[in-house]
Parts: sequence; structure tokens; C-alpha cells
Amino acid sequence: MSAREEMLGRIRGAVGKGRAPDAARAVDARLAAHQTNLIPARSQLAPEAKIALFETMAREASATLTRISASSDVPEAIARFLKQENLPSRVAMAPDSWLGGLGWEKQPLLSIRRGRAEPSDDVGVTVAFAAIAETGTLMLLSGPDTPTTLNLLPETSIVVLRASQVVGAYEEAWAQLRQVRNGEGGVVAMPRTVNFVTGPSRSADIEQQLQMGAHGPRRLHIVLVDE
Amino acid sequence: MVAEEIGLNDYLEANGVEPVETDLGEYIIQLRHEPPSHIIAPAIHVNKEEVADAFRAAHTHLPKERVLEEAPTLLAEARKILREKFVAADVGITGANFLIAETGSTVIVTNEGNGDLTQTLPKAHIVLGSIEKVVPTLEDAATILRLLARSATGQEFSVYTTFSTGPRRAEDADGPGAFHVVILDNGRSRMLGTEFQEMLRCIRCGACLNHCPVYGAIGGHAYGWVYPGPMGAVLTPWLVGLEEARDLPNASTFCGKCEAVCPMRIPLPKLMRRLREQEYERKLSPPAARWAIALWAFAARRPALYRLGASLAAQILGALGRRTGRFRTLPLAQGWTAGRDFPAPQGRSFQSLWAERK
Ligand code: SF4
Repeated sequence: MSAREEMLGRIRGAVGKGRAPDAARAVDARLAAHQTNLIPARSQLAPEAKIALFETMAREASATLTRISASSDVPEAIARFLKQENLPSRVAMAPDSWLGGLGWEKQPLLSIRRGRAEPSDDVGVTVAFAAIAETGTLMLLSGPDTPTTLNLLPETSIVVLRASQVVGAYEEAWAQLRQVRNGEGGVVAMPRTVNFVTGPSRSADIEQQLQMGAHGPRRLHIVLVDE
Repeated sequence: MVAEEIGLNDYLEANGVEPVETDLGEYIIQLRHEPPSHIIAPAIHVNKEEVADAFRAAHTHLPKERVLEEAPTLLAEARKILREKFVAADVGITGANFLIAETGSTVIVTNEGNGDLTQTLPKAHIVLGSIEKVVPTLEDAATILRLLARSATGQEFSVYTTFSTGPRRAEDADGPGAFHVVILDNGRSRMLGTEFQEMLRCIRCGACLNHCPVYGAIGGHAYGWVYPGPMGAVLTPWLVGLEEARDLPNASTFCGKCEAVCPMRIPLPKLMRRLREQEYERKLSPPAARWAIALWAFAARRPALYRLGASLAAQILGALGRRTGRFRTLPLAQGWTAGRDFPAPQGRSFQSLWAERK
């Protein structure tokens, strides 16, 4: 018997004595139902209040945030942020087609490379799949258009988010993912990574002093677009 | 913590593999060749001067005169050194806070982002999980993740919560080419079907450590192994055997705070009490302790005798200790008095004082 069979046998023996077929069906039903448990009421709000909650919670987690009304203003908003913070204008950017079509040629001072981030990159720009108002959390998916390294390697991580992508709770974000990536047998087709990011990287491992920028980005800047 | 549980680093080193811890706290204790003293803050016992000493001893290629006094400079140095290690590593090993049955995903929660760099940059990602980490669905994980961040560090949500499923897809620009999950049992399945099954709900948030007066007084290393505090006092005897860890369930005042703060509602005092019973039943405690308990039980069931004994003891010890108010050493209790003095009673027993007040 392999270690795996032995282990599973012990588990079956302890929890499922004699009722394995039933138990297996019960497990299948439990997994297929995607039932939500208790969801905190604080994020169950009208759209505008939900967005306001997201802004508050993201700032509380030490992210910075600019809200603009038109997506065509994204390049300018990013250029302005980098200048204000005295940051380099060389940017690694997600090859996402919506992001790419926002009119970057109007910002000639930004030098943009599209693709994954390299360890030498200072600034990464990418787009989110959703954002969770409850805790000011961004939900980022890996994929050919949104490489994960963009939100991990650079010291400054900039994420562009549309206001319509803000949901109340994590469970709502999962429901959306299930909808757009409905895979075989009704099981959600997960990308390689789903990253929930709440503020910039930090550590309190030295004398419990909280410091920003442990291994991931020192700064997280969110550009929230209404349209 | 599962890696520490199975002594992974020592094994890898003995087999020519260089393991590098990447969580700042874990890195510090790895340099100091120490076990962790807390499950969330492994280097909580180390001060910044000691961190600086450890860095100077390990990072010998950096200038000796560099200033390393403050936490920000220490963090900056660790970030730089470890960044090089991330980029150069062939394999990334992470633990798993949860394993999702529905999707076959593994979940890792960090504030530093070390777990993400570990699993994104190298060619292969190996996940070390254990059987009790399995939760049914993504929705179930959401519920428990809410509890974890709040109970572990008081944050609304940890900075990075990452769900990993399989290796990088063919069209992806980054991510590991191989994804391998190891699921460890190591004694856990034996807890199933017993009352200790409840301990398998533990999410390693550390809240019970933070609120434990015994942990606060003796620190994590005193527990002798990977898991300290009340959760360790219940779990360790199951993983290493009660013979090896019989002191741990006794390291509790049963004040009940651990159970009160546990987000997974694990009845830790009840489980520790049960382990004490097993210790007694299996005759693992030393004969003197067993005799003392038997004697006490005999008296406690005979109130008149108990009262007499207690008041005699209070009088005799009170008279003997009147001068100094304490005993440096006592017969039959040398083990106890080796580390502290025994305060002398004031001459009256509690019961007689109580009777008088009533
Ligand atoms: S026993 Fe409860 S409080 Fe202690 S670490 Fe586990 S989940 Fe947290």
C-alpha cells in the first residue's frame, strides 16, 4: 500500500465507516453548491457607497488612490503620480488590450515596455480583475495579458481599476470569476495564480516595528476610473 | 511551520541543497540557527542589535563599516540579499494555509510577499501542505481567511493572499513550469474520530499564544519544538507522542483565555485536561507526582480530613516560615523550589478564614 492509500484509508476509517458511497455523494454535492457562509454586512451597499468603502479601506491599508472620471485620462494620471513622487518614468506594463488602448502616446515622457516585469524594473502597471470593498483588496489574475511579476517585483506597483469592478465581499468576486471562467464540469477554470493584494508589502519581524516594502512593492497606487 | 515539523532544511542541507528562508523572521532565525519562538512572528525574541550581528556574520561580502543600527536599514539589507536569492533559486518551496478541494488550489498568506516571489520566479513550485488544511470551496476559504488575518495580526486582511493552481499556462509570461503538492499526515489522521479532531480546525493564527499567560512568561522556545503555546500543548503530544511531550499539557493555568480568543472555537483547555488524564492513566507522570495526586484525591473526598490537614499544614508552615516569610527549599518539592521560593502561609487555612467571614 502506498503512503497515500494508507493515509486515505485511515481517514475513511475514522470518518466514513461503512457509508463511503453516500459520503462521496455528499462531498460532491457540497463542493458543487458553492454555498456562501456568513458575509459581513458592512460591504453590502449601494454601488457608490461600496466604491467609497473600497477607497477608505485601501487607504487604510496604506495604498494610495486617485479617482478619475475618464479612462482616457489614465496615462496622464499615472505620469502625474510618478512625477509627484519623484519616481522613474520607465514603466513595465501589462500587455492587456484595454489598458494598451488608453492613449499612451500622449505621454511621451513615459517610456513603456510591455510584458512581464524583470528584477530591474522600478514601476509596474497592470489591471485588476475585481476589487473587494470590505477590506480594500485588489483581485489580480495571472495570464498572458497580466503577468504576476508586474505586481510583485517593482518597488512601485500601479493597478488600474474600473469602478464597475468593485464588489462588496470576496464571495461576490468568486461568483464573477466562476461566471467568466466556467470550466469543465462546472468547476471554475482557475488561472495559475489569483492574487488578493491589500496595500503594499510590509514586515514587522524586527522588534514588531511595522515597515513597508519587505519583499514586494514599497508603494501600491490604485487608479480608479469611473467610466 | 510544516517544514520545521519535518526538519526539512536540515535534510536538504545534508543532501547538498541550500535552503534559504525568505520570510524576514524565518531568515533571521535561520541565520541564528534557532527554532522559531512564535508561529506568526518567528523571531519575536530577537532584538535589532542581534539581527545586526547575525547580518554582519552572514553577509560578509558587504563593507564592515556599514551602519546597521535601525530596523529600516536592516530590512533594506535583507530585501536586497534575498531578492538576489529569489532570482537565482531553482525551486521555490512554500507552505499552504489552505488547500481547496474544489479546484485543487493551494493558498498562501503573507504580508511581505515572500511567498509570491518564492512561487513565481523559480522554475518549479513545491507546496508543503498537511491534511487538515483542506477546505471544500473557494467560498469556505473566504470565510476562514477573514478570521485568519484578524486573529493573527489584527489586520483587516493580510497583504498577500494567493491562490495557486497548477503550473504556468502555455501562453503565460511568468510563473513556474512545474507545480508539485505534498500533503503530509504525520499523525494527524489518528486524531480523526477522537475528541482531538477539533484541533484539526486550527488555522495557526497564533491568537492563543498571544493571550496565554504561560507563553508570555516562558516564551516559545521553552515548549521545545515547533508549535508553542496552547495550540502546541495540544498538537505536539499527538505529533511526537505524549511520552515525549507530557509536560506541555501541564503548562497551563486553565485560565481559559486561549479558548475565548480562538477564532476556530477549539476547546483548548478541555483538550489539555484530557491529555493530562491520559498522562495519568498511561502512568507517564513520575511516581512522586502520582502519589501526591492520589493523596490529595483521598483527602479531597473527606472534607473533615481535608480541613484538618490544610489547617495543620498552614499552621506548621506558617510557624516555620514566620521569620523570612518564605522557604528556599521544601522536602518533596525541591524541583519546584529550585527555581523560586515558596511563600510561607500566614498560619490560617483558606477554609477557616472563609468560615469566619460568612
Ligand atoms: S488554536 Fe485557535 S487561536 Fe490557537 S493558533 Fe489555532 S486557530 Fe489560532
